[in-house]
Amino acid sequence: MRLIRTDEQRELADATRAFLAGTSPMARVREIAETPGVCHDPDVWRRMAGELGLTGLAVPEEYGGAGFGHGEVAVVMEELGAALTPTPYLASVVLAANVLLALDDEAAAKDLLPGIANGSVIATFAPPVPGDRMPGARAHGDGHTLEGPVPRVLHAADADLILVAATLADEVEDGSGPLAVFAVDPAAPGLTRTELTTLDLTRPQYRLEFDGTPARLVGPSDAGPALERAMDLAAVALAAEQLGGMRRCLDTIVEYAKLRVQFGRYVGSFQGVKHRLADMHCTLEQAESIVRYAAWAADEAPEELPVAAALAQSFMGRAYFQVAKDSLLLHGGIGFTWEHDAHLYYKRAKSDELLLGAPRHHRARLAERLGLVT
Amino acid sequence: MTDIEEYGRRARAWLETATAGLPGEPGLQQAREFMARLYDAGYSGITWPEEYGGQGLSVAEERAFQQAAKDFALPVGVFGIGLGMCGPTLLSLGTEEQKRRYIRPLLRGEEIWCQLFSEPGAGSDVASLQTRAVPDGDGWLINGQKVWTSVARQADYGLLIARTDPDAPKHRGITMFIVDMHHPGVTVRPLRDMTGESHFNEIFFDDVEVPADQVVGGVHDGWNAAVTTLLHERVSIGMGATRTERPASFAGVSRRAAERGLTADAAVRDRLVDLYLRERAFDLLNARMAQEVKAGIAPGARGSVIKLLLADLTLFGADVAAEILGPDVVAHDGADAALARALSWAPGMALGGGTNEIMRNIIGDRVLGLPREPQVDRDVPFRELRVGTQKETGK
Repeated sequence: MRLIRTDEQRELADATRAFLAGTSPMARVREIAETPGVCHDPDVWRRMAGELGLTGLAVPEEYGGAGFGHGEVAVVMEELGAALTPTPYLASVVLAANVLLALDDEAAAKDLLPGIANGSVIATFAPPVPGDRMPGARAHGDGHTLEGPVPRVLHAADADLILVAATLADEVEDGSGPLAVFAVDPAAPGLTRTELTTLDLTRPQYRLEFDGTPARLVGPSDAGPALERAMDLAAVALAAEQLGGMRRCLDTIVEYAKLRVQFGRYVGSFQGVKHRLADMHCTLEQAESIVRYAAWAADEAPEELPVAAALAQSFMGRAYFQVAKDSLLLHGGIGFTWEHDAHLYYKRAKSDELLLGAPRHHRARLAERLGLVT
Repeated sequence: MTDIEEYGRRARAWLETATAGLPGEPGLQQAREFMARLYDAGYSGITWPEEYGGQGLSVAEERAFQQAAKDFALPVGVFGIGLGMCGPTLLSLGTEEQKRRYIRPLLRGEEIWCQLFSEPGAGSDVASLQTRAVPDGDGWLINGQKVWTSVARQADYGLLIARTDPDAPKHRGITMFIVDMHHPGVTVRPLRDMTGESHFNEIFFDDVEVPADQVVGGVHDGWNAAVTTLLHERVSIGMGATRTERPASFAGVSRRAAERGLTADAAVRDRLVDLYLRERAFDLLNARMAQEVKAGIAPGARGSVIKLLLADLTLFGADVAAEILGPDVVAHDGADAALARALSWAPGMALGGGTNEIMRNIIGDRVLGLPREPQVDRDVPFRELRVGTQKETGK
């Protein structure tokens, strides 16, 4: 079990951090977040893909990637989470690429992955969240057509390729048949896209409505195990993003507590503040350990991944929100203003906590995977 | 196999033989005999200088031995304070005569040591101690009271700090002494704690004479000496850290909950998940810090994070275990004895070795670098402070 980064991972983190500091400072993050119709900076994306080679990190070389691991993707996610960069990285490189790899469909992988790996294609995948109703798919000629809504899809307006999980209508019993994954062209007929109002302004989401939309089946007609693996890998990557955000929140409020004076003292010298900061630091230390472990399991211990992923999301969702909330509150009134960045992290933290399903779903999954359900 | 791996392999083989046939709860005599065998085999004082009885080896060998020792229950707890705190302090600050006189018998288990710092009026704020040492002929005369002392009943010597200059500010008028625990002026009383057992003692000193050559560090420089000792408290040499079991572990509690059919309840499963999350987070952090140390990253004050989280986990585990397993834990016929005991033990972890509040201060000040609280008593002569029993007579 490896819980500390390799030298190469540290270098990757430093390079990514320096790049984001230069190209995606908070002023730029806000500009994108507050401009209607703009969801990311295409120039930043091109450089992330080309100059830094971040989009193909975990894609095997045979599909045009660099053949590194999920640990390297986690490094990038941690920096993106800290910088709050508006980017389709999670949608394309994590969600879409992982589901394509997990589906084990050689032809589709050869066809679709190289574009994702070199960044020329932005893909997205709508993860099936417990409780959501998925669209239905029907065989139609050589292919399939999709029918019905997908409640939330990340970065659908940026996407050149949309992957969705749908219920194969021919095999449906009581509306909950096996899920299969389909590739959809965003320009395909019968696809309506509605932008949702998101709490987190840095990460756009859309509702999709299919009405006889042609789609390509990828992988087997029961994609259950592949979806499970893709969701676990997404849980690990998201946990890394949460860790990065959490660390930035703590760093920010610690710096402020060293500067802000009230009652003739630095506020960080008051135990009421200091002790909460100490508790936040303890949470961060645990969080880093869990994220390093989960990232290690993703690459090196596939048998531990199901528990590690559920552990990571069960812990990190609450932990990030707690730290982001306390960081905002300890800033005092300034933390409640639009101009201050604290609310951007607070909103990201809550959105992340719910992105792959409510905390109770992760906890229930963890209980199941620990063998507590008899 | 590297030399270090070979060293560890031989240590493991030796430990297997040496611990075979040890009774479940060895008595003091058996512990002494075991310590002597450990010394003769070269596993006592592995990194300590050879001229005083140590082995003069590197931390790599020490670590290899610790790694091997983890899997054995070694009867060495009674020597823990001496080996972990008093010995290293003497090696750092003791005179040549002190080192020659005391280190070897300590390593051989012939002499047991205790540490005499805390007082009833000086807990978190140890520097406000009131035990007095006044010059007396060629030496010193000690009067006062200490508390929370482990192994005092078995101890032959104690490392004590006492006030030698009440006119100086509190940190600057303290001196450290080696005290003979068999002196007739030393009275040891077991302190019954909330478990109903006596793990600690209170010690009374009535006109205890200490020769001048038993001062450790310098006269009035005892606070620095005490800080040295407390630094060693965290650098466990592994002897105390042998195999232990948490009575309220996730594995134990979930197994017993399943046996009683309680895990069919989603609310019970959710509480078990809470316990799992905390336990796993703690274990992974511990493992990560160990890997960092191995990679050359010093933990520094982050040891306080581990201490605070362990205290929280201990209290939480006992609490949640009782909550899940129900009234049988608090009214048992012996079956739930370990858990009932864990409930009574748990607060000790949050108090001993620094309270949770002190840990948070250390994390805030030394890990996060936050501004310290103003210290109103720092530069005031000790005599004028309102501390301990002095508070009624203070100015």
